[in-house]
Amino acid sequence: MYKYASPRNFYHLAGRLLPWLTAATVMLLLAGLYLGLFVAPPDYQQGETVRIMFIHVPAAWMSMFVYVLMAGAGAVALVWNIKLAEVFAAACAPVGASFTVLALLTGSLWGKPMWGAWWVWDARLTSELILLFLYIGVMALQASIDDPRRAARAAAILALVGVVNIPIIHFSVEWWNTLHQPASVSKVGTPSIHASILIPLLTMAAAFKAYFFAVVLLRMRPAILEREKHTTWVAETVEESA
Amino acid sequence: MLDVTNLACVRGDRPLFNHLSFALKAGELVHITGANGSGKTTLLRALCGFSRPAAGEIRWNGTDIHDLGDDYRGALAYVGHLNGIQGELTLRENLRVAAGIAGQKTAPDTALEQVGLLAYGGFPAKILSQGQKRRLALARLLVAHKLLWILDEPFSALDARSTEVMNALLSAHLTAGGMIVLTSHQDLAIELHTVLSVRLDS
Amino acid sequence: MNPHSLARAVLCVFRRDLTVALRRSTDVLTPLIFFAIVVSLFPLGVGPEPAMLRALAPGVLWVAALLAAMLSLNRLFANDHADGTLEQLLLAPHPLTVLVLAKTAAHWVLTGLPLVLLSPLLALQLGLSAEAMGTLVVSLALGTPVLSLIGSVGAALTLGLRGGGVLVSLLVLPLYTPVLIFGASSVTAAVEGLSTEAHLSLLAAFLVLALSLIPWATAAALRVSHD
Repeated sequence: MYKYASPRNFYHLAGRLLPWLTAATVMLLLAGLYLGLFVAPPDYQQGETVRIMFIHVPAAWMSMFVYVLMAGAGAVALVWNIKLAEVFAAACAPVGASFTVLALLTGSLWGKPMWGAWWVWDARLTSELILLFLYIGVMALQASIDDPRRAARAAAILALVGVVNIPIIHFSVEWWNTLHQPASVSKVGTPSIHASILIPLLTMAAAFKAYFFAVVLLRMRPAILEREKHTTWVAETVEESA
Repeated sequence: MLDVTNLACVRGDRPLFNHLSFALKAGELVHITGANGSGKTTLLRALCGFSRPAAGEIRWNGTDIHDLGDDYRGALAYVGHLNGIQGELTLRENLRVAAGIAGQKTAPDTALEQVGLLAYGGFPAKILSQGQKRRLALARLLVAHKLLWILDEPFSALDARSTEVMNALLSAHLTAGGMIVLTSHQDLAIELHTVLSVRLDS
Repeated sequence: MNPHSLARAVLCVFRRDLTVALRRSTDVLTPLIFFAIVVSLFPLGVGPEPAMLRALAPGVLWVAALLAAMLSLNRLFANDHADGTLEQLLLAPHPLTVLVLAKTAAHWVLTGLPLVLLSPLLALQLGLSAEAMGTLVVSLALGTPVLSLIGSVGAALTLGLRGGGVLVSLLVLPLYTPVLIFGASSVTAAVEGLSTEAHLSLLAAFLVLALSLIPWATAAALRVSHD
């Protein structure tokens, strides 16, 4: 395991893993979409619109998951000074932000037939919006610091502050929402989920995870080369592929 | 004593210097020279503990300075490119703050007299000229009572007379058993003391 | 270093920051005047009906206080960074977290506290009752220190960066949301004659949490900025 913590070995490992992850992403995505769009039954209340959930819910899960992962990698980078963790955290932010945007867009699409408006200050959507702002903050901070090491460490501190704040923000927004909209909106997701709903949902979640790791590895490889451009292995690698 | 072994520093991803080693004992001075951009300031900031070197070790009395933390900082005084003086405060207030942060009680007037600024003691520091500000920054060293002085171009903006005063202060610090690391383009006129020369670009 | 000398250093930093700020007194007044102007502009935007103003008042007052607190953040470290006194602070033989806390406390006394003191006057403009006014003062007194603390991380992270002023708002404003929510809703509850105890104790909990965690992050951010 420790062997792969060196940038060089990781670079080559990532290169070998990428085709497999890409294939897994495509297959899981096709299976999940088929199950979700054609096999799963329409909801007795929401009808066909419920199918948006098969994208919305896994995207919302991913948006949280990626932020936590990014903060965790940032903590590792800060405490143990591991370059790979810095590169990983930096690669996470835009992907996580994209999932957040996807969750917001699908939430809004679902909201139009359900609530009759493109945007409702629903607790989940509001939390998701603030999460998007947190992602944007991390990315903006990274972008405005030239030195990649300093950028990574600064972004890691911000992500850690953010990750402590996320549950607090979530709780505050829930609380604020119940205060201002007393039970006018029914929550998505019933307590007992039928298998015909659960299976496509989990398949889509797995597809999004595979996609995430594929894209992160794809983004990490050039970043590693850039960071290590003064070493001999990078020169050799570039020569080989030339 | 300060031990630097096999030190390497980078700026961004450009290597500045490699395999730099020297040792500094009580009563000695290290004079660091090198062209612009050779990494003099980076070296001094690494010695202060601001940045971690890319490779190598900096030890104070045998222990890595990053492990020592506050114990090392308790022995260290630094004057960088910036003077560390607040223009809104009077000269005396500036020195009192510097001493207070260093954990010392002080009579700032002695230090002001030594650098020839006593007459301005009650004025806000913003009225001082560049050279005078530099002298006030050096007066900070006198009130902090630290063993190791790290000075980045201490002679910049000083006139001939102030340079003399400065040299005398450095000599006195060394005589008292202190240590100094400094960068300077000029030759030093410090006699009777061990001066080690370190060139960064060679 | 003994606790006695730490106490002296803390006092020294706190007093120095107050002295410097009071000698640049326009710095202290600007966010305060900003607060007053923003609140006064609102009735011009939404109309002067007292009932509507009273309903909007908690949110308006809190958002304006939030923005005023944010505007003053660049003063926390930027001047000290420019003249080199901040780097001297980093070299002090004391825990940086404690010194950061002293600086943040001074910053709050100079920015948060004046907002708290001015707020009843602006609440009067918007027609808040005496009871709601009291809650506003207490909620601001509990909430603005949290804003200063969270802001200190943002100010430390953006030190010396291009576009630091705008960037800091991007980093800090999303983190301000819980304080805004509970601050404003405590005043709303007071307007509606409901109990404000839950809101205020949550704000107090935020303050305790921020006091115990944020200075570490700010100190780490300052060290990163000086790397």
